[in-house]
Amino acid sequence: MYSSRKICLPIMAILLACAASLAGAAEPGSFGYGSVATPAQIAGWDIDVRGEDGTGLPPGKGTVDRGAEVYAEQCAACHGTFGEGEGRFPKLVGGVGSLRDERPEPTVGSYWPFAPTLWDYINRAMPMQAPHTLSADDVYALTAYILNLNDLVPHEFVADRNSLPKVKMRNRDNFIWTDPRPDTMSKPCMNDCVNAADVRISSTAEGRNLTPRTTGPLDTMQQK
Amino acid sequence: MGRRRFLGLGAVLTGSLAVGGKQAIADPAQESPPADAPWSQSIGAGVVDRPYGRPADTEASVIRRNVPWLTASAESSVSFSPLQDLHGIITPNGLFFERHHAGRPDIDPAQHKLMIHGLVERPLLLTMKDIMRFPSVSRIHFIECPANGGMNWRAAQMNSLQFSHGMVSCAEWTGVKLSTLLEETGIKKQAKWAMVEGADGAHMNRSLPLDKCLDDCLVIYAQNGEALRPEQGYPLRLVVPGWEGNVNIKWLRRIKLGEKPWHTREETSKYTDLMPDGTSRGFTWLIDAKSVVTFPCPEKPLDGPGLYEIRGLAWTGNGRVKRVDVSMDGGINWQTARLHEPVLSKALTKFTLPWRWDGRPALVASRVIDETGYMQPTIAQLRAQRGSNSVYHNNSIQTWQVKPDGSVFNVQLA
Repeated sequence: MYSSRKICLPIMAILLACAASLAGAAEPGSFGYGSVATPAQIAGWDIDVRGEDGTGLPPGKGTVDRGAEVYAEQCAACHGTFGEGEGRFPKLVGGVGSLRDERPEPTVGSYWPFAPTLWDYINRAMPMQAPHTLSADDVYALTAYILNLNDLVPHEFVADRNSLPKVKMRNRDNFIWTDPRPDTMSKPCMNDCVNAADVRISSTAEGRNLTPRTTGPLDTMQQK
Repeated sequence: MGRRRFLGLGAVLTGSLAVGGKQAIADPAQESPPADAPWSQSIGAGVVDRPYGRPADTEASVIRRNVPWLTASAESSVSFSPLQDLHGIITPNGLFFERHHAGRPDIDPAQHKLMIHGLVERPLLLTMKDIMRFPSVSRIHFIECPANGGMNWRAAQMNSLQFSHGMVSCAEWTGVKLSTLLEETGIKKQAKWAMVEGADGAHMNRSLPLDKCLDDCLVIYAQNGEALRPEQGYPLRLVVPGWEGNVNIKWLRRIKLGEKPWHTREETSKYTDLMPDGTSRGFTWLIDAKSVVTFPCPEKPLDGPGLYEIRGLAWTGNGRVKRVDVSMDGGINWQTARLHEPVLSKALTKFTLPWRWDGRPALVASRVIDETGYMQPTIAQLRAQRGSNSVYHNNSIQTWQVKPDGSVFNVQLA
C-alpha cells in the first residue's frame, strides 16, 4: 500500500501538468478567431528580405545604367544627383574611412553591412512620397546604381537575387550583434564623492541658440 | 421673454458688470474683500459644450513640439513631450511623444488586418474585431526613443527639458499579449526570431528575439483608456516593454517568425551604436536606467530663495526603479529622494525631495539605481566607454545649473 502511493504521486503530478497546459490554450486555433491566411494572401503581404543572405529577394534584375535613369527621376531631388544629399536628407555616398573620426559619415558605402538590406529598404520605404510603387526591376537597378556610386560594384554589375548577397560591403565585419552592456558599473557614494575643485562646467547650452521656444506657438526656427 | 433668452441676457449683463466693475470689486489679486473674480460671477458652459474636452485655454503652450532644424522633413521626424508641464507618471494621449518615418497614416480599422505567418503551424489573418475578442490585458509602461538625449552626446546643446528628455512618455496600454496570438497560430520549433512590420509608408520593420515576444510584448489597441491615437499607431501597435522605441512598431500589419534576424535598415544603418574603434553595436534594444529632474528645469526656473520640492522621473528597461538620489552641488553630496507609488516595472516612476534653496548657485542632478543594482552613469563615464559618436542610449546623469536669479541651464560637468 505504501509503495503504490509513492508511485501514484508522480503520475498525479504529470496528469495535473497536462491539464494546466490545456487550460493555457496552447493548441493552435484554440480561440478560432480570424481566418487562416491563404498562400496567395501571404504572397501579397510578404515583402521582407533578409540582409545577410538575401532570403526573400524576388525574381528580376537591374543594371547600373537603368538605375541612373530611375534615380534621376525618383531620388535625386532629395539625395542629390550623385548621392551627395540635399538639405538634411541622407547622403548615399562618401564617408569611407570616417568611422573613427570626430565627425563620422555613415553611408551605404561606409557603414551598411549587407547589400540586400538596401534593396529591402528602397522597396519598402522609397520614394518617400510614394512608397512601394517601384517595380522589382527598378529597385534592383537603383540598388546597382547606388552600390556603383560607392565603388562597391563595377559599372557592368547586374543586380539580382543571386548577385546582391555576394556584394562585399566595406563595414561588413565591424558589427557586434551582442549587447555588452552594462558597460558602466559604479557604486553609489553619498558624501564628499568629488573634490569641490573638480566640479567644473565643461559645456553649457546657455547662449547656444539651438533650442526652439517652449511657450507660445510652435517655433519655425531654421537649420543650424 | 423666454427662460432661455432671459438666461442669455443675464449672462451678458453679469459679464459686462464683471468687466466694468473689475477695478472696483472683482480683482482677485487684491486681497481686500470682496475678492470675487469674473468667473465666479457668471454661469459656465454646459456639459457638452466641448463634447471631447480640451485643456484650459491658458494651457495652450503645453503641446508637443519639434526641432525644425533636426530633420529633413516633418514626415520623418519626432515631436517631444512637454515633461516640464506634466505631473505624475501617465502622459496624456495628446502629449505622448511621436516619431514617424513616413508621416502619420490615417487608417480605417475596418480595412486593417494583421497577418501572422512564417514558421507557424497555422498562418492567420486577423481583423481588428478578431483581435479585440482575444483575452485583454492592461499594463503601464514607458516608451523611450533611444535617441532621447542624443543631442547632448557631445555637449550640452538643448536648453530645455522638453528637448533634452521629451522623447520618453508613459501610458496604460490595453490589448492582447503577443504570446496569446502566437500560441493561437502555433509556433514551429525552428522559430527563434520575429519580424514585425508597420502599415505606414515606411513599412518599418524590426527583428525581435522570440523569447522577448513570448515574455511581455503586447499587441495594443488602446492607450490610457481610449483607442490609440493615429500618431501612436491607430488602430494597432506593438509595445515591447523596456526596449527602445523603434521596435514598438506602430500601425502593425505583419508578424513573421523565422530562424534568424533580418538585419533591416532600422537595425543596421540606424539604431546601432558606433564605437570609437569603428565597430558598431547592433541589437542594443534595452533602455538602461535613467532619471531626470523635471523641476526645476530650464522651462521652470525658481522664484527666489525658499522651500521647494525637487521633482523628477526615473525609469529602467530592466524592471523597477529601486532608488533615486539627488545632488544640489554637482555630485559632491547626494540625498535619497522619495519614490511615489506606484513603482511599476518598466514604467516611469515619480520622485521628490524637499529643498530649501538659499539663493546661491546650485548644480541639481539625479541618479537612479534599478533593481538589478545598475546605477545611472555620468556623461564622462559613458564617453569613456563609447566615445561621443553614438547617437543612441545616452542615459547619463542630467545636471541643471541654477543661477542666483533662479534661472536654470542645461550644463555638463567635466
